[in-house]
Amino acid sequence: MAERRRAVPFWRDERVLKVLTQIGFVVLVLVVGSGMLSNYRKRGLTFSFGFLDEEASFHLAEGIPFSPTDSYARAFLVGVVNTARVASLGIILATLVGLVTGIARLSDNWLVSRIASVYIEIIRNTPLLVQLFFLYFAVIIQLPSLREALVLPGNILLSNRGFVLPWPRPTVSFGLWWPFLVVAVIGATLMLILRRRGVQRTGRPSFNLLWVGVPLIVIPVLGWLLIPRSPLLLDLPEIVTMSGGVLKVEGGTKFSPEYTALLFGLVVYTGAFIAEVVRAGILAVPRGQTEAARAQGFTNGQILRLIIMPQALRVIIPPLISQYLNLTKNSSLAIGIAFLDLYAVSTTMLNQSGRVVEVFLMIMASYLTMSLTISLIMNIVNRRIQIVER
Amino acid sequence: MAVQPKILKPPPTEVGLLGWLKKNLFSTWYNVLLTIFSVIFIYFVSRAIITWVVRDARWEVVTTNFRVFMIGRYPREQAWRVLVSLGIIVFLAFLTWVSRRSKGNPIPRWLVIGWLLSFPLIGILLRGFSEESSFLPLVSEDIWSGLLLTLVLAIVGIVASFPLGVLLALGRRSKLPAIKVLCTVYIETIRGVPLISVLFMSQLMLPLFLPPEIRLGTVMRALTGITLFSAAYTAENVRGGLAAIPIGQYEAARAVGLNEALVMGLIVLPQALRAVIPTIVGQFISLFKDTTLVIIVGLLDLLGIAKSVTGQKEFIGLHKEVYAFAAVIFFICCFTMSYASRRLEQTLGVGER
Repeated sequence: MAERRRAVPFWRDERVLKVLTQIGFVVLVLVVGSGMLSNYRKRGLTFSFGFLDEEASFHLAEGIPFSPTDSYARAFLVGVVNTARVASLGIILATLVGLVTGIARLSDNWLVSRIASVYIEIIRNTPLLVQLFFLYFAVIIQLPSLREALVLPGNILLSNRGFVLPWPRPTVSFGLWWPFLVVAVIGATLMLILRRRGVQRTGRPSFNLLWVGVPLIVIPVLGWLLIPRSPLLLDLPEIVTMSGGVLKVEGGTKFSPEYTALLFGLVVYTGAFIAEVVRAGILAVPRGQTEAARAQGFTNGQILRLIIMPQALRVIIPPLISQYLNLTKNSSLAIGIAFLDLYAVSTTMLNQSGRVVEVFLMIMASYLTMSLTISLIMNIVNRRIQIVER
Repeated sequence: MAVQPKILKPPPTEVGLLGWLKKNLFSTWYNVLLTIFSVIFIYFVSRAIITWVVRDARWEVVTTNFRVFMIGRYPREQAWRVLVSLGIIVFLAFLTWVSRRSKGNPIPRWLVIGWLLSFPLIGILLRGFSEESSFLPLVSEDIWSGLLLTLVLAIVGIVASFPLGVLLALGRRSKLPAIKVLCTVYIETIRGVPLISVLFMSQLMLPLFLPPEIRLGTVMRALTGITLFSAAYTAENVRGGLAAIPIGQYEAARAVGLNEALVMGLIVLPQALRAVIPTIVGQFISLFKDTTLVIIVGLLDLLGIAKSVTGQKEFIGLHKEVYAFAAVIFFICCFTMSYASRRLEQTLGVGER
């Protein structure tokens, strides 16, 4: 037997071939790579991240404070924070929009489902960048100037300088009030645990879920009444005239026009995709589930909440993850409307310092880190849902 | 004599128009509310849109610049070449449609060859030979723009990325660790970063890593970027198709005596590729939309032309009209394609299993 096996020439021996193919492949990759590297060196370029400590000497008007004397590293951080700001809020809002639209798309009301599907089709079939351009150049920039700003109900200021929301601001007595908040949250959590214990032991909750809300509301309100001065004040935006007739908004929380356009565009765009994901997930739940639940006397709302959604979520979560990742990656389109996200700041850095390769490695590393973080969180969520199901 | 039972008509509120209205719009009290809100919403939105489209919008910005939107800076006297190319595609599409009408017929081989030949033919037709040539003077791809450039980028991108994507998918499924790891790293890295960064990289970094003799124009560099990007997504789609092939197919093919390469080439890949056609069409649609990003690296695709048109002196500030027009063009293209892909899915029977 051993004689025979040796008789196979090595170029037909599968094990040898496998090793040889791999070596050949790796060598090929290395040759191409080193060729590229030597071309890179021929241009007299070096590779170093030392420039990060140098003075950036450009302005960044968005996000955390930044002055031209700060370093490149700080500039990059500004970009990262801005991207995170858009992406995190965008993910939350897009999920809400997608959930509502996805359910509306399946509504038994003909008009509602038509409206939802027109929205979905229009948005899904046009490029995001076209939508962003339309939103930014044709809508937000064309809003009236600050002098004639639109004031929406609830004192929301809308102008071509962005929009300003009233925002609660802590006062001196806030330090006395926040312990009440902590106590309220702890109390509510304890009640939740107690309730779950009860369900596990007897199969029947000892009290309605709404009771958990009682400590959450009662304790902070009690605290508010006990403390002499109110701990939070609603900070209303106000247009004030500076010296020289320049107008300025004071108070409230400001959203720049670029941020508004990007956030709105991303939410509307991703929302349409999430709606389709939600619809597919709900349709994946067999019809018999709905019928059986109805036969047992569940109401429509209960069927959706207790029967359909828990099962649909299993199907929804994996494609939802990729929509979240898409949203994060799509936030790089900010550069088209001059929002200073991670990518836009990086290109400025790159033009100033000439460090093409280094900056690109940083961009890629940041996006990959964000992608991995989102997948990690969502995979944990996914695992929990899968376990609950069985 | 049996008494003929009197057949009662169904109540008028259960059938016909009234029945439909009751069932679809007024079945419960909240549906009544929703219907009322929807009608009000539709009324105001459509009134605003219609008055804008009919009365307020200044469409002359679109009609004057129509040629610019379509072919951009392509020389006016050479525009017939674009039309002929379009004619070739429409003709081939018509032949394909006719031959598919008799159901079950596979597309005849000569037609497949015709499609394959049409790509280089159109390429030569659009680009021409050299400056001096009197018949087809050179129109460098760097001055292609408008919808023409959008289409070229998307079509060449998807076609060129296909072989690379198949190879990457096979590499990722390979049992050889070195190949598998490298392919996986490539696919996951590309899929983890935005297209815009890949495009920018191909514009700025590609020239740094290529030998100085090779000079690529901006369009070629953008195409390289799009192809490298798209290949990673194609690879994942093809991998999905490969995973759907039952293991029995491999085993049977091996048992018949085919070697690894023949099993892949003759048995597994043909089935896998057929299964992924609808996904590839979907990928093409999203690539078609994504080509708008080349505007960031300074190319003038349909959106880039639109942006430059808004800067024209006589039409300054007409952002709404211009971007709405661009959006409508994209919508028509994408909607038609997704409709066609749904039909294709039905005829291939991929969705039903």
